Amino acid sequence: MRYQTDRQRVEGLGSAKDGTTEWWKQRLGAVALVPLVILFIFPLMRSIGADFDTVRATYAHPVNALVAILFFITIMSHLRQGLQEVIVDYVHGKALLTIALLANTMFTGMIGVTGVFSIAKIALGG
Amino acid sequence: MVEFTLPKNSRMKAGKIWPKPEGKDVRAVKIYRYDPDSGDNPRIDTYYIDVADCGPMVLDALIKIKSEIDPTLSFRRSCREGICGSCAMNIDGINTLACLQSIAEIKGDIKIYPLPHMPVVKDIIPDLTHFYAQHASIMPWLDTKTNTPAKEWRQSIEDRKKLDGLYECVMCASCSTSCPSYWWNGDRYLGPAALLHAYRWIIDSRDEATGERLDNLEDPFKLYRCHTIMNCTRTCPKGLNPAKAIAEVKKLMIARKV
Repeated sequence: MRYQTDRQRVEGLGSAKDGTTEWWKQRLGAVALVPLVILFIFPLMRSIGADFDTVRATYAHPVNALVAILFFITIMSHLRQGLQEVIVDYVHGKALLTIALLANTMFTGMIGVTGVFSIAKIALGG
Repeated sequence: MVEFTLPKNSRMKAGKIWPKPEGKDVRAVKIYRYDPDSGDNPRIDTYYIDVADCGPMVLDALIKIKSEIDPTLSFRRSCREGICGSCAMNIDGINTLACLQSIAEIKGDIKIYPLPHMPVVKDIIPDLTHFYAQHASIMPWLDTKTNTPAKEWRQSIEDRKKLDGLYECVMCASCSTSCPSYWWNGDRYLGPAALLHAYRWIIDSRDEATGERLDNLEDPFKLYRCHTIMNCTRTCPKGLNPAKAIAEVKKLMIARKV
């Protein structure tokens, strides 16, 4: 049993004085992805069904490689932000929330790093 | 936490079906009934009223039922003209004021439930204690530091116009209780009504606590649980736009940062 006023319940721990940066990053990522997705799609379309050497040559080109790397970084951080919002909205148990947020970061991070590494390996001729 | 099913003691049962009267235009009114003293689950009672012998609004139908059929039916009402905000309820699937919702606009049975995802006190009366406390927390009053002027705090016609579309809010809670973010996180998210009121004071040209007001709102939960779902704007019985007010607050947050 807790004797708590209604106002006390609403005030809780007070304002975190935070959230704007995260919100702004979401918008910036969304806007940045518009040109990045378009620029990423062209070499990708050309590569579908092409032979190994052509695909290699396409992504060895510095412009294509840079676009692809920027695309992987931006889209995966954007995905992480989006999924985090969903998790924070719907998952409320403290332990489950922590696990879900960690899993989200690891999942999106792994895909992002794999993408960046793959392109870098081709571009730098490893 | 998201609740996809109602708690056991909130699941609705079939209720009493009241006798059908003779009349030209008899319509069924299905109303959520809950009596906290009985210990029973909520039930849906069906009443029949002759619309030809009733006022035009849903509130008229409720008053007719209470005075002529079943005096145990409980609901809040006061002004019966959309000014007090007491009779907010979920009618035909939309949160609105019973006094502003015409019966003729509803097709089929008239279904009346309490505002969604709020504790129910009795029948269609929700417990709005937390909602009111959230409104109080945004300091809904003029906050000034300058010495009070001898006559009045002056405001230009243009600055006064900025309050139009905000000051009309009657705190009926239709918007907040239509918001999924408020359903899932209403304990920490302030909800559209409180945020609209917060914005009303933030842009008041006479107020001198703008920074503090923004400080208090800048929080991942208090403000940023709004995901621009827009249910609030869609449902507002007064035709206001809480979603836009929230967007303006977010813009001000950026403006003082970038």
